[in-house]
Formats: sequence, C-alpha cells, structure tokens
Amino acid sequence: MGWTGKILRVNLTNGSVQSEPLNMEWAQQYLGQRGLASKYLVEEVDAKCDPLGPDNKMIFATGPLTGTCASTGGRYSVITKGPLTNAIACSNSGGYFGAELKFAGWDMIIVEGKSPKPVYLRVADDTVELLDASEIWGTSVWHTDEWIKSKHQDPMMHVATIGVAGENGVLYSAIVNDLHRAAGRSGVGTVMGSKNLKAVAVRGTKGVKVRDGKAFMKATNDGKKVLAENAVTGSGLPTFGTQVLMNAINEAGAMPTRNSREVQFEGAHDISAEAMATPRKSDGQKNLQTNQACFACTIACGRISKIDEKHFTVVNKPQYWHSSGGLEYEAAWALGSNTGVNDLEALTYVNFICNEQALDPISFGATVSAAMELYELGLLTKEQTGGIELTFGSAEALVKCVELTGKAEGFGKELGLGSARLCAKYGRPDLSMTVKGQEFPAYDARGIQGMGLTYATSNRGACHLRSYTVASEMLGIPEKTDPLVTDGKPALVIAFQDATAAVDSSGLCVFTTFAWTLNDIAPQVDAACEGNWTPEKMAEVGARIWNMERMFNHRAGFTAKDDQLPPRLMKEAAKTGPAAGLVSGVDKMLPEYYQLRGWTADGVPTNETLSRLAV
Amino acid sequence: MLKALVIDAGKCTGCKQCEMACSLENEGEFNVAKSRIRVFDFHTEARFVPYTCTQCAEAWCQQACPVNAITTDSMGVKIVHDNLCVGCKVCTIACPFGTVNYNASTGKVIKCDLCGGKPACSDACPTGAITFQDAEQGGFDKMKVWAAQSANAATHEGPNTPKASQASGSGH
Repeated sequence: MGWTGKILRVNLTNGSVQSEPLNMEWAQQYLGQRGLASKYLVEEVDAKCDPLGPDNKMIFATGPLTGTCASTGGRYSVITKGPLTNAIACSNSGGYFGAELKFAGWDMIIVEGKSPKPVYLRVADDTVELLDASEIWGTSVWHTDEWIKSKHQDPMMHVATIGVAGENGVLYSAIVNDLHRAAGRSGVGTVMGSKNLKAVAVRGTKGVKVRDGKAFMKATNDGKKVLAENAVTGSGLPTFGTQVLMNAINEAGAMPTRNSREVQFEGAHDISAEAMATPRKSDGQKNLQTNQACFACTIACGRISKIDEKHFTVVNKPQYWHSSGGLEYEAAWALGSNTGVNDLEALTYVNFICNEQALDPISFGATVSAAMELYELGLLTKEQTGGIELTFGSAEALVKCVELTGKAEGFGKELGLGSARLCAKYGRPDLSMTVKGQEFPAYDARGIQGMGLTYATSNRGACHLRSYTVASEMLGIPEKTDPLVTDGKPALVIAFQDATAAVDSSGLCVFTTFAWTLNDIAPQVDAACEGNWTPEKMAEVGARIWNMERMFNHRAGFTAKDDQLPPRLMKEAAKTGPAAGLVSGVDKMLPEYYQLRGWTADGVPTNETLSRLAV
Repeated sequence: MLKALVIDAGKCTGCKQCEMACSLENEGEFNVAKSRIRVFDFHTEARFVPYTCTQCAEAWCQQACPVNAITTDSMGVKIVHDNLCVGCKVCTIACPFGTVNYNASTGKVIKCDLCGGKPACSDACPTGAITFQDAEQGGFDKMKVWAAQSANAATHEGPNTPKASQASGSGH
C-alpha cells in the first residue's frame, strides 16, 4: 500500500478518460512520483518528439507517502519532455494538490494528445470529466482557482493551473497549485498550454492506507522528532525560510550577481530573510506576515508576504494588497542579486506576478539579467526593448519586464524565450548562464565547486534540486567538505543525485534531507509500502532513475558537449570573497564523474552499468 | 476536571497533521475529507485556523436530534451513537458552528468526540496550536499575554502604597 494502485489516463485528442492499474513491478523498481512517472514517460514517449507537439505526454505523479502523515508527505511532480531544454523534465511542487489527488484515489494522471479547444480536467474521486475552459482561458492562476471552485461550489477543491504565460508559449511557464506553490522549472506549464489544458481540479474523499500502521506511526514520529531537533529544519527554515541562505551565500562569495559577472551582491542584506522580518521604514509593517506549511509538513518554510500598499509597484492596484506567497531564496536571488535590484517590495511584487501568471522566477530573473548585460553592452537597444531602460539595478525595468513577459507583449515576447535563445539571437550565446538551455540558480560554481558539476550533469538542465551539495560544502550536512576544491566532489555529487532521486520518488520534500538521510526515510517508506525498502534499495532506485533519465536525454540527442558550463565560469575568475581568483573546475571533475557513474568517456552509460542497475 | 481543545490560530501553519491524525483515529486511514477537525486557509489574511466542535454545554445538535442519538458523557462530550443515528442531518442544520457533518459513505453524521479523552489532533500538532486543557482555564494563556502587555505599558513610580485619598478616607 502507500500507492493507490490506480492510474488515470486522459487523452485530450479524443476526450477519453480511463482508469488502469499501476504497474506494480515498475513501482518496486522506481518507487513512485519522479522515478515511476519517468519510467512511464520513457516507455511511452519518443525522446525525439517535439515537446510542444501532441506526441509529448505529461504526467502528474504522487509518491507512495503523498497523502500520509509522514512529514512533508504532500508532494507531486510533473514529468514530461521540457520545451526549455528538450530534455526530460520533472518539476516538483508542494501545497495541497498532490495529497488531494491521492485522496481522489489516483497515483498519477497521464495526459496525452492535444485538445482541440481549451479544457480543464475535473477529478472528484471516480468522476472524471474534461470541461470547457473558454471562460478561463486567458485569465490568471488566481482567477482560475477562484472560478473553478465557485463553478463547482466546492471550496475544498485543489487546483493546479497554468497562467497566461503557459498559454502564450513562454518557455519557462510553471504550473501553479494552491495559488502560490509551483511545479516551476523547465517549462512544464508550457507543455500544458500546448495541449490546451488550462487546469486540473481535484477533490478526493477516499483514504490512503499504509502497509503497517503501527510501524508507520513509529517511523514517521521518529522522523518528525529529528526534523524538530535539527537547527535547519527545526529553526532556520520555519523562521527565515530558504531566505536564511541569502546573507550566508553572499558572504561565502557564491552569489551569482549581475549575470555572474560578480559573486557578491552589495544589496544582499536589503533583500534577505532578516530584511523581510524587519518593519519597513515606509509603513512600519513587516514584509513577512507568517510562515506556511505545505500538506503534512512539520518544517513550514513557506513565506507569506504583504507588499507596502504605497510602493510604486502596487499603488492603485488593490488586487495586490493582500497576503500571498512571498520570496524564497532562489526567487529573491534571481529577481534581486542577479538583476542588481535591492528593492524588497519590488521583488515581492514580481514574485506575486510570477505566481499569478505562472512563470518560473529563476528562469525569468536570469533571462532579464542576461538581457540587462546585452543592453549595457549595446547589443540590445532601447528601441528593441520597447523603451525600457534595461540597466542592472533598475526595479522599474524589472517590473515592466514581468508585466510584459507572461502576456508575451512587446519585449516580453523576447524574454519569454529564456536566456539561451535570447543571447543566441543577439549574437552572444556565451552570455547565457545556462546548461542544456536552463538557467542556473542561486549558487556560483566558482564559490561552490560541487554545484558546477551539479549544474553540468543535471538531467533537467541546470538546477540546484538534483544534488544540493551546498548542504555539505556550506552547511556541513551530512559532513563538511571544502567548497573551493574539486577533490572528492564527483562522488559527493553522485551520492546526492541518487539519494535525491529516491526522495523525489517517495512523496516527501527534499528539504527534509537537511536533517534526514536515507536511514530516516527508508523506514517510513518501508512501513507504508510492500517490498522491503532499505536505505540501500532506495539508493539503488535513485541510481536507476538517474541513469534512465540520462538515457532519455541521450536518445533525445544530448552528448557530453551538453554537460558544459558557460565559458564565463570557466574563464573569468571570481573577483571577490573566499573564491577570489578561482574559476569552476568542472572540466577536471567530469571525467571522474563519468567513470564513477560507469559511463563511457563520452558520458554514455555502458551496457554493463545499465544491466547492473536493471534500467 | 473538564478538559477542552484550545486553539491558538496564530500558531497554526496549515500543515493538516491534525486532520490526518483525526481521520486515522476515527476512520483507520489518512483521509482529511473525513476529519472532525478542519484547518481553514485564509490565504489573503495570512491566517490558518483549525476549527472543530466546542462540546457546547447545552448542545443544539443534541436537542435537535429526533432519535436521541447524541448523548453527553461524564466529561461533557457530545457523542453520536451510530446504531441510533438515522442520518437525517437535522443536527448538521442545528449546529451553529457547522462542526457536525454528514458522512455519505456511512450514512451517519460525524463530529469530534475528543477521542475518548486523548485527542489525536492535539498530539499531532507540531506547533502547539491545538492543546487539550482544563476547560475552566482555557483563557489563562491569553490573559497572561494581555496582562504582560499592560505590565509593559504601565509606568512604575516607586513602591505601591495605598493612595492618600483612600488612606485619609479610611476610618470616617
């Protein structure tokens, strides 16, 4: 148990919906969520397909612990071929949607084909219907959520939807559920838009059962105790959110600033967790109103913020005066240090718009940052930006950009391409801080060497959530390594990649791993699920998933050439901070990484490796 | 001692561990739709509020029930007897707080019965937003907070002695 054992298959082309049993043999090999849905995708979708064509599929997948009382057991992922990268995409979200899908009796929804007209999918236990979305097409996430709940007279529904960005083909469109939780990266929302699927609305009244209730309560209670007693998950994250990192990473000289020209941002403190919790000079109120937990989460790192009503971004716009999802570290970095903007209220507003229109704030901020550099170099003119004075540090420019991008109006259309395509278009592909077409997040590969290898080898393009070696290199979790050296990092990255792939397949949040290892997680999975889930089995499942994803990308046409970082990180040394004088040593780490992975020197998994892991 | 669930919404994060503990205790599975306690998400106000039966002394639900299926135990808890309940839902209409609800899968109504004196929700709450306390002292913590605020606001002007007017007035 843990799994419901049922999959919902929805064909948008012919409007059919059907229930089918979950492949339990695959569940033993891939667990659930990221791993199991990727297995379905790999088996059913041609790796060479057009990600925005009808042949691509998208899978909303829960894990076996989703919808249980295991701490953070509320996650779901969206798995598809991503349009930003053309690689396998898997974006993970919290909130309440994932658990609700499980309560409706489904482990996953496989969405196929393309609807002839805009529709939304309503799932209420076994009642499944595709309904006309013409009244909500062209409207925001927040409006769609309200409209669907009101239409069905059911405020208990949970809605995952695209905003206008996904409809307009912005290549880094997200899927937002519960108003401000997002399956954010790689353009999973763009795929949804290409299928004319506006939203998935779920209501469930069935239960989730576990294999051994007594053992499950013991394992999950033990786990909650570990989280509560840990400094990061018990205190740092609930109090400050992920923004607890802003000042620390800046001091470590690992904060990509102004399109990675620098590694420290002089305005970091102005946009930090501490700033969010300090009463504003303007109105005496704090930006941060409270913290929020996702379903079943005993950490509660989510930020709920309120913008100063007199701030230029929202003056005369009362629709933005209420509280909503505030800045997480990645968003504060992407929208802030990376663009040189230190106006906390402006960043909060831009983050609100990213939620309302369902944009990935990391890719959006990084794309604006690249555009700012092109503008300052004179490669983009004021005429081309439609009159926007696109200089680093301009909050006004950043705000104009976000208001145009989701709507794909004016220069927003260019920004919607993402940094790689934008920089290529204006003749400087080297200025795009991306790997496999995806913008990298808030850790500089010169100041935290393991993150360089993490970005280079991530199967969904540059990403911090595939192997968060920051935990080891900065915070000493599970043990301290030196962020400035490359020695030992390939093995460290591999261990993080495999463990994370397993966690992402369980229904739990990867943030638990600040405190938990697989030794804490495996007993919870094992008490819920048949199959003797040991930490060793979890790690092996993680390695199997990693290699399976890599093979999908290999078939899609990716080679070792796509495992490279932008030349800036390889050639321009960090100017300040502890990493001053250093470039990324990713070229030194890659051969060892391939070897330890059991791949050829060209980065292809050998037959021996694939058969050892039964991929 | 009569005990009651005391809810401090300011401490709630909206994690719904209480709903899961409740459904596990009462339904044998994780199923928040069947929980007797509900957390409401006032997203735009940055508030999360758990809400459940207050065990009224003179309970509307009990008085409205036409078949006397709701009784009061020695601890003042209003208990629905499934063998008597006919699923007429009159109690759900009578309850002014909406905390008695119909369960379509059993055809009976469900409400909080304080888990027989050891509420699973308060045990499961990770932040102390739901506690099980002496019903007569439920306001104690709030009184203390307000008293402390008054104490901070008060100016302290040396030893507290009886006011002169009172002192001089005495004996007349």
